[in-house]
Amino acid sequence: MNPNATPSMAGSAPDLAVVETALAELTETAPAGFAHSALVAVGLADDYTVLDSPIGPLWIAWNGRGVAAVESSPDDRAFEVRFQARTGRPIRRVEALPADLARAIERRLGGDRRARISLDYRGTTEFEQAVWLKALEIPRGEVRPYGWIAAEIGRPKAVRAVGTALGHNPFPLIVPCHRVVRSDGTIGQYSLGGPTNKRAILAAEGLDPDELERLARAGVRYVGSDTTHIYCLPSCHNARRIQPKHRVPFGSLASSEAAGYRACRECRPSAARFVAA
Amino acid sequence: MEDLSRPADVALIRQLAADLDAAFPSLVADQQDRLFTIAVRVLGNRSDAEEAAQDAFVRAYRALAGYPADRIRELRLRPWLTTIVLNVCRNRTRVRRVATTELAFEPASEPATDPFASRHARDLWARLLSGLPPAQRTAIVLRHVDGLSYTEMAEVLGRPEGTLKAQVHRGLAALQTAFLAAQRREREEMTA
Repeated sequence: MNPNATPSMAGSAPDLAVVETALAELTETAPAGFAHSALVAVGLADDYTVLDSPIGPLWIAWNGRGVAAVESSPDDRAFEVRFQARTGRPIRRVEALPADLARAIERRLGGDRRARISLDYRGTTEFEQAVWLKALEIPRGEVRPYGWIAAEIGRPKAVRAVGTALGHNPFPLIVPCHRVVRSDGTIGQYSLGGPTNKRAILAAEGLDPDELERLARAGVRYVGSDTTHIYCLPSCHNARRIQPKHRVPFGSLASSEAAGYRACRECRPSAARFVAA
Repeated sequence: MEDLSRPADVALIRQLAADLDAAFPSLVADQQDRLFTIAVRVLGNRSDAEEAAQDAFVRAYRALAGYPADRIRELRLRPWLTTIVLNVCRNRTRVRRVATTELAFEPASEPATDPFASRHARDLWARLLSGLPPAQRTAIVLRHVDGLSYTEMAEVLGRPEGTLKAQVHRGLAALQTAFLAAQRREREEMTA
């Protein structure tokens, strides 16, 4: 090609019109996925990924407002359909969790309750949120009865509603609804794959679900120490430190109080006096 | 003041005032290329620009969420979003200085066989633009790449239209000169 073919090549400055046309062609197209990412950031769309867990693969969705769902699912399609039916928002699978969220979830599942994880509560009620926040206070390796949650949130008669709210927990594992059991001491239902998974998670957290149910069948609801005269829920870490020779089982609050024992200030067993569910 | 808003923008503004969450996806779809283009041309880097444009939409959403419907209806969409994306870009460059190409043109390592192949020419103009002083570059980007009117630019940049016209005029002249210099360099390399 002859480099002198155009007047500008001959060494004169290009016309203003040429410059303006060239500038008008400097527009760009936003990268693929840009709009979805912008909507995720403001919480009008979601991303999700699949994580391995001791109870199998888990589908986890999030947006700029927080984690939006933790579920088990047969496949991506089923998860997407269910998620969209519940939220009405578009969802896209991505490779991995954002690094800070991945770290926080790992810490939380490892038992660190201070690990901060934002939750997207849209579409839930204040009552449900109160139940879930209370479940977050239960330490790893311990359980509380439904009635305990009801009493602690100031709705002692709403035991069944507590059970329903826990069954609707959109963030299982992150909000440890698996640490809430029936007031008769049996393990109870679990939204993330049923009671088998609930037992497996509790066992992985260092609790012996069989022993818990054996105590319940034997009528033991509380355990006291004859040295401190304090009684606890059986899975409270204070109860588990009591040496066998000093352990005193109680079948009711009345019997423990009649024996002159006071309630543990950490597991607050007297909140669980309302038996139902 | 003359209302220069495009009819489609006015319709979108009305929808945003009525139901922000329902209308915001349309705003992003409509404006993503514009905001990304402005950010690329101001920052000179696609990945920084992507983050800046994302950030601009988040700020726009938060602002809209806090405004009463009357205030949203008074917004003029393009100038308003442009102000936001320029602020984000300015904050980013304050933290980390943007690499501006020197006006003395750095030739590509391998001279192209056809220097006026459109891709090459586009890259060249982009590079020359990024070599302009920031204020001049921003004015040129808004006027000639994005196509804002001087009235809209005055609103965005808070400077009189006359000042902006002079700035754009000087910028265009600088680009003409820089183009010539670049061309000479290239021709010397081809004949060397």
